[in-house]
Amino acid sequence: MTWILDNLPRIGELTLAHLALSLPAVIIAFVLSIPLAWGANRVRVLREPVLTGTGLLYAVPSLPLFILLPALIGTSVRDPLNVVIALSIFGLALMVRSAAEALDAVTDDVRTSATAIGFSGVGRFFTVELPLAGPALLAGVRVVCVSSISLVSVSAVLGVSSLGSLFTDGFARDIIGSIVAGILMTVVLALICDLLLVLAGRMLMPWQQTRRRRPLLARSREVAA
Amino acid sequence: MIEFRQVTKTYPDGTAAVQDFSLTVPSHTTTVLLGSSGCGKTTLLRMVNRMVEPSTGAVLIDDEDVAQAEPVALRRRIGYVMQHSGLLPHRRVIDNIATVPRLNGASRADARARGYELMEVVGLDASLGVRYPGQLSGGQQQRVGVARGLASDPNILLMDEPFGAVDPLVRVELQRELSRVQAELKKTIIFVTHDIDEALTLGDQIVVLKAGGEVAAAGTPAELVQNQQDEFVSRFLGLDSGRRSLTAATADDGGWLISDAQGRPLGLVDSQPEPARSNGVRTSADQTNADQTNPSQHP
Repeated sequence: MTWILDNLPRIGELTLAHLALSLPAVIIAFVLSIPLAWGANRVRVLREPVLTGTGLLYAVPSLPLFILLPALIGTSVRDPLNVVIALSIFGLALMVRSAAEALDAVTDDVRTSATAIGFSGVGRFFTVELPLAGPALLAGVRVVCVSSISLVSVSAVLGVSSLGSLFTDGFARDIIGSIVAGILMTVVLALICDLLLVLAGRMLMPWQQTRRRRPLLARSREVAA
Repeated sequence: MIEFRQVTKTYPDGTAAVQDFSLTVPSHTTTVLLGSSGCGKTTLLRMVNRMVEPSTGAVLIDDEDVAQAEPVALRRRIGYVMQHSGLLPHRRVIDNIATVPRLNGASRADARARGYELMEVVGLDASLGVRYPGQLSGGQQQRVGVARGLASDPNILLMDEPFGAVDPLVRVELQRELSRVQAELKKTIIFVTHDIDEALTLGDQIVVLKAGGEVAAAGTPAELVQNQQDEFVSRFLGLDSGRRSLTAATADDGGWLISDAQGRPLGLVDSQPEPARSNGVRTSADQTNADQTNPSQHP
């Protein structure tokens, strides 16, 4: 405990480094997953190959990937970019299927109706299908976010700073406090990010809340009638 | 005026949804396409706003082939109301109605003002505007659907079984509202339904369709009920089972009680028949007279 209190500035610094590695990866995975999922849904024969193919990327062991990437894209071994790219790939592996299913679940009724009242294809996608897929997309992003925050730690082995550095240092120098702090902060960070995503979802998708309350409203309407 | 010229729709798998269908829909009237599911009525409706392209033949609006029109622009000037309202669940009621004016380039404020205007037209309280569709009853949702269909003040309104998913009481109420709105606005309406009573209530012209979009009969409601040339039509209208052969009997309070041929009571006559017809209440020629003087008959 005293170790943690004595090292608060360092823990804070590593937490920020941790976020700087994981958040861009979550965003990249989300942004790339949408067009991939859209394409997979459009070209039905390619759907399963694309979804399974990207899903299998998750099976690539993380450590070798961190080491392999510099060779492939010409970065130095300790470049944080490697970590971001690797995490984006893992995130994408989780996100593409979620996104494809989220977009696919938008009902034909709504699609037909949007077309009938004069939405163009692009307009319909961005203002009708994407928002309606929102809740399911959010569920996917939450998994990717927590998974990325947990995976970042591995990069410490390569010498890229993150909360994982607290494990590696702790093990190397036999400081239990450091290891505990690393685990604790990773979990806390994941929880906070998840909570923020849920709150953002509530703000961006207010119709969701009303739907959940609907049975109650329906009941009071019956009573009134 | 909307004109179907020998339209055919054959799907790639070989099924013919519609074969060689021709029809003229006069302006400012309601034409009902009546038929069982699978008769191609929705396919025909969707040819008007190019959601379905005919395989052969053409659909013309005021003598212009719709195939020449840009589909998105075409749809924005034609109202469309569908079953289950087709409202956008993530937009508030007022924004659902304002969607089409917004697509047509109106400012948000103007579009909303128009939306509130239309809520009044369809008999919705303005306070419902801020709700989401999921918070409304089925009947209210359909009213919003109608309001949205009217939002860009289109000349043409396409209605695809719009009241098919609401309970019978609300349905009758919605039909009455639509008649009232139509009497005022005089749109050219094509209304698709499989409900014969709905067709008789709303149609200026009714087209009865068999499978493949074959026209079994067409005419005014009175003509359809009176001319029983076609067995299919008779069966569809319930003429052969006696549902529209009405009998009058003296009611307990001295008025007339109207029953169908199966003895099922339909309602009371609340105005006396005209003198010239008073001796002919039991003849089939007076069926429609009885129907019309008796709007509260069995739904």
